Amino acid sequence: MAVPAGPASSNPSQPVKAAPWRDPNAKPYVQIERVTKSFGDFKAVDDISLKIYKGEIFCLLGASGCGKTTLLRMLGGFETPSSGKIYIDGEDMTDVPPYERPVNMMFQSYALFPHMTVEQNVAFGLKQDRVPKAQIQERVATMLDLVKLTDFAKRKPHQLSGGQRQRVALARSLVKRPKLLLLDEPLGALDKKLREHTQFELISIQDKLGVTFVVVTHDQEEAMTLASRIGVMNQGEIVQAGTPSEIYEFPSSKFVADFVGSVNIFEGKLIEDEPEYVRIGSEELGGTIYVSHGISAAPEATVWAAVRPEKVFMSTAPPEGSDNVVRGAVQDIAYLGDLSIYLVKLPTGKIVRVTQPNTSRHAEAITWEQQVYLSWDATSPVVVTR
Amino acid sequence: MRRTPWSQRFGLSGRGLVVLLPYLWLMLFFVVPFVIVLKISFADIDLAIPPYTSLFQWDEKNVLSIKLNLNNYVFLFTNELYFKALINSLKVALVSTLLCLLIGYPMAYGIARAKPATRNLLLLLVILPFWTSLLLRVYAWIGLLKANGVINNILMALGLIHEPLAMLYTPFAMYVGIVYSYLPFLILPLYANLEKMDWQLLEAAEDLGCRPWQAFYKITLPLSRNGILAGSMLVFIPAVGEFVIPALLGGPNALMIGRILWDEFFSNRAWPVASAVAILLLLLLVPFMMWYQGIQARESAGAR
Amino acid sequence: MNQRRSVFIISCVAFGFAFLYIPILSMIVFSFNASKLVTVWDAANSPTLKWYRSLLSNEEILDAAWISLKVAVINASGSVILGTLAGFGLSRFTNFRGRFVLNAMATAPLVMPEVITGLSLLLLFVALEQLIGWPAGRGITTMTLSHMTFSMAYVTVVVQSRLATFDTALEEAAMDLGAKPLKVFFVITLPIIFPAILSGWLLAFTLSWDDLVISSFTSGPGSSTLPMVVFSKVRLGVSPEINVLATLTISVVTLIIVAVSFWMARSNRIERAT
Repeated sequence: MAVPAGPASSNPSQPVKAAPWRDPNAKPYVQIERVTKSFGDFKAVDDISLKIYKGEIFCLLGASGCGKTTLLRMLGGFETPSSGKIYIDGEDMTDVPPYERPVNMMFQSYALFPHMTVEQNVAFGLKQDRVPKAQIQERVATMLDLVKLTDFAKRKPHQLSGGQRQRVALARSLVKRPKLLLLDEPLGALDKKLREHTQFELISIQDKLGVTFVVVTHDQEEAMTLASRIGVMNQGEIVQAGTPSEIYEFPSSKFVADFVGSVNIFEGKLIEDEPEYVRIGSEELGGTIYVSHGISAAPEATVWAAVRPEKVFMSTAPPEGSDNVVRGAVQDIAYLGDLSIYLVKLPTGKIVRVTQPNTSRHAEAITWEQQVYLSWDATSPVVVTR
Repeated sequence: MRRTPWSQRFGLSGRGLVVLLPYLWLMLFFVVPFVIVLKISFADIDLAIPPYTSLFQWDEKNVLSIKLNLNNYVFLFTNELYFKALINSLKVALVSTLLCLLIGYPMAYGIARAKPATRNLLLLLVILPFWTSLLLRVYAWIGLLKANGVINNILMALGLIHEPLAMLYTPFAMYVGIVYSYLPFLILPLYANLEKMDWQLLEAAEDLGCRPWQAFYKITLPLSRNGILAGSMLVFIPAVGEFVIPALLGGPNALMIGRILWDEFFSNRAWPVASAVAILLLLLLVPFMMWYQGIQARESAGAR
Repeated sequence: MNQRRSVFIISCVAFGFAFLYIPILSMIVFSFNASKLVTVWDAANSPTLKWYRSLLSNEEILDAAWISLKVAVINASGSVILGTLAGFGLSRFTNFRGRFVLNAMATAPLVMPEVITGLSLLLLFVALEQLIGWPAGRGITTMTLSHMTFSMAYVTVVVQSRLATFDTALEEAAMDLGAKPLKVFFVITLPIIFPAILSGWLLAFTLSWDDLVISSFTSGPGSSTLPMVVFSKVRLGVSPEINVLATLTISVVTLIIVAVSFWMARSNRIERAT
């Protein structure tokens, strides 16, 4: 298993930094220690512990109501944890109000001050710190240049487009060179093309300034693109934290497997359990699944094998030498241009999702009702026990 | 998503101070006066300045005796005139409220359904009379309703009548005056309520077979209930104690409790009696005021 | 019922507005009528400005107007401070001792009949005078204090409703950037809700300017306000000078309202676009 890369580096001459979260001696920049937040009887955040390292882009990913925004607000100082502690750069910041924290936030609605110009908005934070006027001007100008809004300095927010306002919000929150930048659904309000473009811009800016980002989002594509690490949240807890590829290829539970990307999950029982392989008997599948690595599970335990749609091979002729083969009929096809999604119905009734890139413009198209063979590599399934 | 409002967390260490000033002010200038009115209502009329006796008396042995003179209340309850005035005031207020609803509901509805640009203009036109002096607008009706006033002159000129209609100094004039003055007070909260309505509900109803009138009756009306009640309270409660309109348009025979209070105070210099009238009027209206508060609370809770 | 404007509704609206405006228009028209009888049109000598000249040289009315102006300005300014504090407190602080009481006290004057408020305030001043010697007699001071008490209720409502639609994220953003709560209020909140505060000021001004009942109870010798003078004239019947006063009042009010509406619409558009 290759060690996943650390935070992305856009500068090829700089060596890729080793993942600090794998280094037991690395000091975390942000340490969240057993933090709980209750509103009355309701626990929005339930006993979360997390270490975030300097220079990371850490994404909190989850559905609405999972507690990710509450956790973010606690990092920003807008909520006080009911119990637990938060350390930023070694200092206990649990009870520190937002105006005394070296943390800045980019709000979902941008929250630009409508009665001030772009310049004044960006300069606001510096004015509060009583930075000398000349310095303010210089730093504001540099920041506006970074977000490419120099020509709009004297405009008011209502005279800007959505994308421009977002950049003002970003500039305003970065101009104070905070230790930590919190972003609340930063790309939610943008349309698809702008979103993609902005994702890469954000990474570039972050890399240039070296600020640590914590991003909250419900959009997994956003998380996968931006993050050096993702923390998947559900009902106030972090169910798995890891790099995007770890989360995707090695989900630790059904929930994570299903939440990030699409997946086929087959429920079954262990038939053979050896150190180098396991065989799972699945009624859903109508056969057995051969997995070429060992797992730890109790004998006779119910397990789930998760196979990603892109790892399922579909063919009209029976495949040679595969340990995992099953027959089915194509029920539905969705043509998306770059790839196609096939829903294949097995004799047991289970529907398997298969994606195939449309590599050839004149491929012999597989069509509805067609009988096909599905197979996958023995290394492809991920077995989860919960 | 649940969040703690920042004002609660960092309780502007002056949080208490912020509300303290208005709180003290209102205590002193709004609540305390009512206590004093209560006290005076138990006093006796005296030829003195101020024209009432004191309730508390210390005698030589440091004994405090409190005299509560209930005569004022007895007087009010046994005197037919006051009872009639009270009933009449309630009747007039109720009828006026209903008339306001009759005229005002369609207006509020029409404005709420209008296009945004028209809507703003119409709202402006509704608010404009509200900002011009009530006194002057009621005065306008004197000119319109009197014997040789505008309406009579026009009707006579058109040959529709031969003798001027007696409109001024009648209950009719009073109703016209009250409805005229309070109409904006009904339209505005009702409009505010109707404006928030989802008109697609009506379209859905019609799509399912409902006729326009039925849709109105079954959907619009119930949903605008809070607006109707709020507007009605804003008309009914002050109308019960209305003074200016009965004085100018109702004539000497208009028996309204507000006028009685005024006359007792200014004409008869019977402060204790006026106070007793005020207390009774207050007791009568407090349940309605609390109802109004309840409606407002429900409306804002619903909006959240 | 999307585009189908019901004929019924349109005619109701038209009738309603006619009802509202015909008296006003009639007053304006007859202010130019030469006849002293006001409503009997003297075709031979009208239209004329003679009543305008007469009004503007009427000492009694001019003095009363001046007193009304003084009271109204002080009242409006004081009410705005009290009302903004109360409105802000009630809308932001959801939980403090005495909240229910403050809310009740701050909104009761909206519906209370003026005769009750007027009487109670007068009795208060009399009792205070007996107790501590102040206020010495009734006059402009007592009137202003009384007006402030009921005007602030209106300002509170205006400010509260403005704050209800205010995006608190703006305040959180300001705090996030280093501004302390008090600073946030003065630098962010206040400037943004300013149009509402201004309309509260105008509302309080108008209420005071037009007030009759409470002024009558709480005024003293030599401090008659304009409505009081008008009322005494009008009890006796119509008077052409009152028509003139009405016309002037309506014209000024219309101009101000239209101007303020334009400004408020503009700043609403700006904020909504943000």
